[in-house]
Amino acid sequence: MSIRETNRAELSAVESELESATTDLMVAGNGLISRRLLLGLGLGGAGLSAASGALGADFSMPAWSKQPGPGPSGYGQPSRFVADIQRDPGRANPLYPGGGASRTPLHQLRGTITPNGLHFERHHAGVPEIDPAAHALFINGLVERPLVFDYESLLRYPMISRTQFLECSGNSGALFRDTAVDGTAQSINGLVSCAEWTGIPLSVLLDEAGVSPEARWVSAVGADAASMGRSIPLKKAVDDVLVALFQNGEPLRPEQGYPVRLFVPGWEGNVSVKWLTQIKLSKEPSQFRDETSKYTDTLADRSSLQFTFPMGVKSIITSPSGKMQLQTHGLYQIEGLAWSGAGSISKVEISADGGATWAEAAIDAQAGDKSLARFRLPWRWQGNSAQLISRATDNYGNIQPTRNQLLAEKGALAFYHFNAQQCWEVSSNGEVKNTYV
Amino acid sequence: MSNVISKSALAWALYFALSAPLAVAQDILGSPQLGNPVTQMDLSELDLIASKESVLPAGSGTAFQGREIYAAKCASCHGAEGLGGAARQPLVGGNMKTEEAPTRTVGSYWPHASTLFDYVRRAMPANAPKSLSNTEVYQVIAYVLYMNGLIDQYKVINAETLLTLKMPNAGGFIDMSASD
Repeated sequence: MSIRETNRAELSAVESELESATTDLMVAGNGLISRRLLLGLGLGGAGLSAASGALGADFSMPAWSKQPGPGPSGYGQPSRFVADIQRDPGRANPLYPGGGASRTPLHQLRGTITPNGLHFERHHAGVPEIDPAAHALFINGLVERPLVFDYESLLRYPMISRTQFLECSGNSGALFRDTAVDGTAQSINGLVSCAEWTGIPLSVLLDEAGVSPEARWVSAVGADAASMGRSIPLKKAVDDVLVALFQNGEPLRPEQGYPVRLFVPGWEGNVSVKWLTQIKLSKEPSQFRDETSKYTDTLADRSSLQFTFPMGVKSIITSPSGKMQLQTHGLYQIEGLAWSGAGSISKVEISADGGATWAEAAIDAQAGDKSLARFRLPWRWQGNSAQLISRATDNYGNIQPTRNQLLAEKGALAFYHFNAQQCWEVSSNGEVKNTYV
Repeated sequence: MSNVISKSALAWALYFALSAPLAVAQDILGSPQLGNPVTQMDLSELDLIASKESVLPAGSGTAFQGREIYAAKCASCHGAEGLGGAARQPLVGGNMKTEEAPTRTVGSYWPHASTLFDYVRRAMPANAPKSLSNTEVYQVIAYVLYMNGLIDQYKVINAETLLTLKMPNAGGFIDMSASD
């Protein structure tokens, strides 16, 4: 995988210019340059574009400028030149019909919104094809008035929108293993995505049903073949949980829960139950299989943690990242994504020397509550090996732990909620690989 | 359906929103209150939650009765003796205290017996969920409990006896929800 094909002659000119200009702008070891460099010197764009040699010297009129293209279409599709930007659904398992996951190609996307067709998936019994006219959402249990809602009725409720991440608690779980897996940002960390979710506050529907005073938990159940269910504390349910009907402005995709799903901000993805058909109020959790047998973590002393809902503060570098190949020496941008289930990202630091020295990255504007933040830091690679690590801090002061800290806390038997710092090793020949420090 | 909400109605809503708690605050969103009343009877087929609080259905079964159903509908994935089989999802065995990397099964890990009824009824067998009758579910879960040595093969499992059955790892979980 090539990050950038470059022209060596032009590059060395840029390099020597950089060399003299950046001597006192180095902010941490092994080539990290102040995040203000590109603005301050105004040569970041020049440095990168001057080095681009893909076009060659032939500036004749291209064919597409000489004949009309196809006209408007009903539903736009990506250019065929980006057809390789795909989720990775893997092979179907006949013993687990419809089950499995596909991961977002984080290393091929920019910005902070995940396109709907590339939002990660996790299904327990496949994607049901639901006719919205025949879909019922009912609220029962400890309520004054058990109610059923149809899709048309739900569309008439006032809705609110939130741009927030969703992360599977199994994301990055491979990094618990003893040996560092040779993977990409997608294959290791791709069970996180971010979208604008639009829907009805669950509290509005709960109010209509009248929650009994003794109720403390809400059970949410989907209409898929697994009838997947999860229990959520009522306190959270009336705080910020949405009954979501739209994702990035369009009706939910089938694999994201069409026609209606729960969206539980900041908490492990599994509780945002898709294809939502039932909300049941109770005094205690329902103890579903997916909150007892699964989605629980066993500690070293063999006790197991249950209802570990919030996703911890986390960041990942998406470029350079696993299985990429740096082609030439020179200026690169270390880029990545950061998020926290507790709130917003206040700081991301980057190290290029395995954690010995750190520099603060620039965070793109609008790093909102429980949304993805994108960070960047210029870095000059001169052909020496480098160990790239990012470390996020949220607005509550939670700091992303090291892998050793996380393992010390959770032990070797844990599988879910891996949020530790990850390291990409850049070898002297430009190969990028997942590693442990 | 052409009711236009007047500005004064909104003003009143705002007044109440500022002076009253949550419930009224939501009225300002103009909840149209479109839910239709439904009874638990209406939901008898759709509400599959089986827990301490949600009454389990009528019916009963023993492991002796469940043996054949297990062999026909479960063994191909979970193994004839529930040790994992082709799907590598063991139901039997494991020990949370003594194994270095504990095999987490119904017997060794699951804290509540009600989960077994709840899950099998809603999701198993994976290729034909909800194809078992309630009686068959009681029978086959009795067989899984029997394979784990938790009951004998003639113990009658029903709504009452299932909820009184104490699972070996019942005390093994720490509820983290309070710390959120």
